[in-house]
Amino acid sequence: MSWTFKEGVPIYTQLIEQIKMHIARGEFSPGDQIPPVRDLAMDAGVNPNTMQRALAELEREGLLYSVRTSGRFVTEDKTKLDELQGLLAEKYIEDMFISLRKIGMNKEDIVAAVEQHAKGEK
Amino acid sequence: MYVLECNNLSKSYGSKRALERIDLQLGSGRILGLLGPNGSGKTTLIKLAEGLLQPTDGQILIGGKVPGVETKAQIAYLPDREFLPDYMTVEQLLRYYADFFQDFDMERAEMMLKNLNINKAQRMKKLSKGTKEKVQLILTMSRDAKIYILDEPIAGVDPAARDYILKTIISNYSPDSLVIICTHLIADIESVLDEVVFLKEGRVVLHRNADELREETGKNIDGLFREVFRC
Repeated sequence: MSWTFKEGVPIYTQLIEQIKMHIARGEFSPGDQIPPVRDLAMDAGVNPNTMQRALAELEREGLLYSVRTSGRFVTEDKTKLDELQGLLAEKYIEDMFISLRKIGMNKEDIVAAVEQHAKGEK
Repeated sequence: MYVLECNNLSKSYGSKRALERIDLQLGSGRILGLLGPNGSGKTTLIKLAEGLLQPTDGQILIGGKVPGVETKAQIAYLPDREFLPDYMTVEQLLRYYADFFQDFDMERAEMMLKNLNINKAQRMKKLSKGTKEKVQLILTMSRDAKIYILDEPIAGVDPAARDYILKTIISNYSPDSLVIICTHLIADIESVLDEVVFLKEGRVVLHRNADELREETGKNIDGLFREVFRC
């Protein structure tokens, strides 16, 4: 798994985002057990307490759940996973809007361009 | 109880003040960065914790005790230079450590050496600088200590060796021990730290959780350090 960190943003929030991406992309599949905190921390090169904090937050959000003595698993709750996909999609679209507005496009231009692009896709 | 505690701790060398009224309470389960430029008092603080120096004023306590025979057995110290007899082989050093330290875990050390393909029959003087540093780190981290003090553990090693050293520190993490990393090369290690202490001219100018600092300042620890210690 690849991890990259930006400067000046708390590492635990970046871990949360990146683990969400791993889940959304199916690198962690629904119902899969995820590696132990220490292994994930080693893989990402971060402090184990920071990783623990990120996983606890993902548990609180319902994307992961713990089974006593056997570890942490990715949720199989379809609603949660759809919600995650929706949130990530919203973020990508927002990023796209920001970039396109910077080069002088307005809302109508962007929607038209997206439709045009979709037509060309198979 | 704190693993390491300084109360109004001062140390002078003659008329020179090296540490000025330090108050620090450090708990277990942390990887702490003791950060400061050269001459800020990092090594003096380490030596006081080791019992190699006596405070001029105030006190330093290790697990509630004044540094002495008992506390020395609980601290695993990696100095910032070569400190092992270079005529000895890696194998001999393993036995030397096992003799010296009751908490030395031979199995753990051998496993780590094997993972790195380090030949135990080699004499230290035949090893490259990077390999020597790895051997020193392995010996230090193979103890079951309460406190690990690593003085500049990544200075002068290549990026691959640095990654290995950081992974070793993370994999060795225990909620029962405290790891103190002293360095001025912050960018390379800051992601493994959960707490940072800035030492400036013998004083603690900052002691905080690393992520909280990033959140509040919008900077990484390295950027903040450069700001606090701008020349």
